[in-house]
Amino acid sequence: MSQPALSFRNVSMTFPDGTRALSDVSFDVDRGEFVTIVGPSGCGKSTLLKIASGLLNASAGDITVDRDRIGYVFQDATLLPWRTVRRNVELLAELHGIDKAERASLAQTAVELVGLQGFENHFPRSLSGGMKMRASLARTLTLKPPVFLFDEPFGAVDEITRERLNEETLRLFEQERFAGLFITHSISEAVFLSTKVYVMSARPGRLVASFDVPFEYPRRPDLRFDARFAELCGQVSLALRGAHS
Amino acid sequence: MSDPTTFDPVEAIIADAGQMPEAKSSRRSTFAAVVLPPLAVGAAIVGLWYFTSYVLLDPKRRFLLQPPHEVWSVGFADWDNFSTMLEGMWSSSKVAFWGLLIAILLGFVLAIVMSQAKVVERAIFPYAVVLQAIPILAIVPLIGFWFGYGFSSRVLVCVIIALFPIVVNTLFGLLSAEQGMHDLFTLHKASRLTRLRRLMFPAALPAVFAGLRISAGLSVIGAIVGDFFFGQGEVGIGQLLKRYANRLEGEQLFASVILSSALGVSVFLFFGWLSGRLIGKWAGESRGN
Repeated sequence: MSQPALSFRNVSMTFPDGTRALSDVSFDVDRGEFVTIVGPSGCGKSTLLKIASGLLNASAGDITVDRDRIGYVFQDATLLPWRTVRRNVELLAELHGIDKAERASLAQTAVELVGLQGFENHFPRSLSGGMKMRASLARTLTLKPPVFLFDEPFGAVDEITRERLNEETLRLFEQERFAGLFITHSISEAVFLSTKVYVMSARPGRLVASFDVPFEYPRRPDLRFDARFAELCGQVSLALRGAHS
Repeated sequence: MSDPTTFDPVEAIIADAGQMPEAKSSRRSTFAAVVLPPLAVGAAIVGLWYFTSYVLLDPKRRFLLQPPHEVWSVGFADWDNFSTMLEGMWSSSKVAFWGLLIAILLGFVLAIVMSQAKVVERAIFPYAVVLQAIPILAIVPLIGFWFGYGFSSRVLVCVIIALFPIVVNTLFGLLSAEQGMHDLFTLHKASRLTRLRRLMFPAALPAVFAGLRISAGLSVIGAIVGDFFFGQGEVGIGQLLKRYANRLEGEQLFASVILSSALGVSVFLFFGWLSGRLIGKWAGESRGN
């Protein structure tokens, strides 16, 4: 049996100040799986991603993941303002010592994947919030990460942009088939993107419910209007209320 | 249509549906908004100056404030006087330049070292504040006692006065990169040097330039103050100011004050221009969503 791309076993996290952020969290994400964790703000979702990526060390439990080319999309686009879109997208390849010619071609492919052609020489300050997030996605794509972590990446953009970015993320997933771990507080975003949705309780975060999402890929935008989609969203919503009542 | 560099109001009215006259008139109103107010204040100052010289002061006491055209003809238009001042300016400029250069190098090194470990910052920062808090007038005689009144002592005065804004602004700038950006570099195992070169240093540039503009002006002041108090050695603008004041040579005194301030303004403008050239394209407010 092959190893899952990302595996949490009985992971707990207590900060030095005594705050208990996570309690006994276990789950797996296989390649080709898109797992989303929904929970309200402050329940420890971001902490979980930081632990997965190695930015934080868990206080207890085991994490298995290949961190060599891990993809991490932050809440903010975190573009370097002094670099153009192209140079921002090239950054990670640069940090991994990939040579200039290959870097440029990786960046060009990634820019086209997220639809930012024509903006390669723009500086971040002249981009809209949605375009910044696209550039941030493109930057992560250059490394072709086998594991892709998303930390509420579309929380700061407007609803229409958010839906469009969801559709693009879905397209990237259908194409690249990475192991995706997505954090959000939007239930419809979670159901729309994922193969599996976990509900997290309030601090200390525990996984209290899980839902398999039965819809086939490729998924169409109008899936959101499907009755079964609405029903599943309702179930997730109920579980979320139950976890926080 | 007419030549775009000229503005003809009649044609503008005739062609009122066109875009160009509109653009031109808005350019004209920008010109009026930007250039006219300072010109008006300048004219008011000159007017007040004449009023004081000719109306408030009786002829026996007019030496206290000679009218502007006297300052011009004696201070600037008389080559003997003017060349003396230019030599003094040249001497002071050299001192200010070397002082600023050393303050920049030393300030960068200190800020970079402090940015690498909190404990180093805690160890050094109080002394930087102490250095800044010592009145420069108190330390100038000491420097004279210890190191003599030569070129290097004057440069030292400039370094002391110009160092603090460079250290503080550079350090602030180096520490200004967002946590998310640091996380990104951590995730991809960037070395300390890579982080410094690709993240912290570029992030610091806007603050560095803000510090440079302040320090450049301070270094000019340091050069003049040092020369003024040392009062010997190569004659700089400070010694000239003292000489003209002692001899009640108001015209030259005024001309020297104007020249010194012009030097300060020009280094300020130079660093503003440099900053615009180097970081103007990306620094500044984001357009947001």
